[in-house]
Amino acid sequence: MGNNGEQLRMLVIGVGNRLRGDDAAGPRVADNIRSRALPGVHIIDHSGEGASLMEAWQSGETVFLVDAADSGGESGQIYEFAAHERSLPARFFRYSTHAFSVAESIELARVLDRLPARLHVYAIEGRDFGAGGTMSTEVSRAVEVVSDRIEALVLGIAHGSNAESDPCTNSVS
Amino acid sequence: MSNAKKSRTIKVDYMARVEGEGALFLKIRDGKVSDVKLKIFEPPRFFEAFLRGRKWTEAPDITARICGICPIAYQSSSISAMESIVGAKIDGPIRELRRLVYCGEWIESHVLHMAMLHAPDFLGYEDAIQMAKDHPDVVKNALRLKKIGNELMTVVGGREIHPINLRVGGFYRTPTKKQLLAMRDDLLWACDASVALTKLVSTFEFPDFERDYEFVAMRHPGEYPLWEGRLVSNRGLDIPIEDFFKHFEEEHVKHSTSLHSFVKLRGAYHVGPLARFNLNFDRLTPRCRELAQEIGVTPPCTNPFKSIVVRGFETLYACEESLRIIESYEEPEKPFIELAPRAGRGHGCSEAPRGICYHTYAIDDNGVITDARIAPPTAQNQRTMEEDLAAFVPRHADLPDDKLTWRCEQAVRNYDPCISCSCHFLRLHVDRD
Repeated sequence: MGNNGEQLRMLVIGVGNRLRGDDAAGPRVADNIRSRALPGVHIIDHSGEGASLMEAWQSGETVFLVDAADSGGESGQIYEFAAHERSLPARFFRYSTHAFSVAESIELARVLDRLPARLHVYAIEGRDFGAGGTMSTEVSRAVEVVSDRIEALVLGIAHGSNAESDPCTNSVS
Repeated sequence: MSNAKKSRTIKVDYMARVEGEGALFLKIRDGKVSDVKLKIFEPPRFFEAFLRGRKWTEAPDITARICGICPIAYQSSSISAMESIVGAKIDGPIRELRRLVYCGEWIESHVLHMAMLHAPDFLGYEDAIQMAKDHPDVVKNALRLKKIGNELMTVVGGREIHPINLRVGGFYRTPTKKQLLAMRDDLLWACDASVALTKLVSTFEFPDFERDYEFVAMRHPGEYPLWEGRLVSNRGLDIPIEDFFKHFEEEHVKHSTSLHSFVKLRGAYHVGPLARFNLNFDRLTPRCRELAQEIGVTPPCTNPFKSIVVRGFETLYACEESLRIIESYEEPEKPFIELAPRAGRGHGCSEAPRGICYHTYAIDDNGVITDARIAPPTAQNQRTMEEDLAAFVPRHADLPDDKLTWRCEQAVRNYDPCISCSCHFLRLHVDRD
């Protein structure tokens, strides 16, 4: 519960495809959070399709969005952004005739004033996104780190403390 | 013109706002295009190969995975092909629902392409995010329109991406009348919104560029084509679907992992909204035709840049057709007709947002697929895209490379190419030296 006793609406969105190796990072974090039965948290899996993603986070005041990344970094590296405060780096963008992705949907929502009050984005650098592939060890470890991080933030918010510390970029070796 | 400008190469390694990965290579000599290649470098996806050995009823769900934005086209064509093998004729509410879910796909695909991906080209923005800063209401309305298309997909198809409710013989479950009528108000709004969007894009500045295309589309006796019809062209083609490979041929080219299609003895052809519009204008609703007359874009329209306007007409059509179906819908007693396999070959074709999607399958007496061939729309348009560039670039050869690249990308995006489903497509490389 929040400081004023109202139920804070927290949402965890795990973006990705469970059947494509490291792309399962988002849904795996969602699974972890689900299994920890945290108070006041709603959890969804999502394909990452931008337009519907913008709809999905409308229901959350504090949203934790987890997605795999392929930005040229070290496998397992975690990028954490307070997307409600600043734009995502350009390397996380990818347009196509068919869809716009997570980064584009965040920036489009910012322009259209459709961002949630707090949007914490965790991007986990992946290595293998092949169909039917298994998750790499580095990404598996990063999944646990991100899950713990979100749990700490959720519990902090639920207990009324100012647990939403400054965003940072971590590397999981 | 300096010698340096007489001869140059422009190369775009990754083209923005197209689906999949490919490149465009242009070689210009003395102001003329001496070489143009759309290079496709996605790996082959082997869909046709791994369909073999699967049950005939699995094809709709497997082929839906070829594309995330037009899965209904793949499901429709594979279902049609399978039903044609056993001589099934599906009518009544099930047929209507098939048109309805296809309308949902058209709405979401056309609106995404028009407002988010192609409009920035005409308005001079890098992307839709930049455009949204100056035109927020356009983007907001487009997103709402697209959402309505997604909802149609969900209500009829089970989910908005890769629907799972379509099957050979019908659906696994049909929606209630109440579920469909719940979308009526949204669709009434969508009709007006699509008119407004179409009028807006019609005010864009279009390059003075026209070509004498062979347009190929389906044609139905009484409807604007979605699932059924013959294949016709403006050069006399009028054939049943099963004769596709008697008149069309695919060839492998060195620079592409996709096949290039052409009309035998003639060459490149053009499929998609512009082809449908030119060949089926009389099948559009009165409101669509009136809008076209008012805007001044009527057949024959041979400027590919105006395809963005035609997508608007088709969005309005899909909204109106959805309303008609929803209001007249009667829940069927059973969601599907039970069909038993028998050995044979079948053919299916439907009008994906970006053009005809042809499938043919052979199955044995147990319903096991023994052969599969799929001709996706982008592969069919690929040669036409190259020929467009060869004709378009000389008129703009004096532009600096960045501006020329912009123009070339815009010309390619006229087709809304999908490399993922054609296994096909784009980087730009212009060689002027």
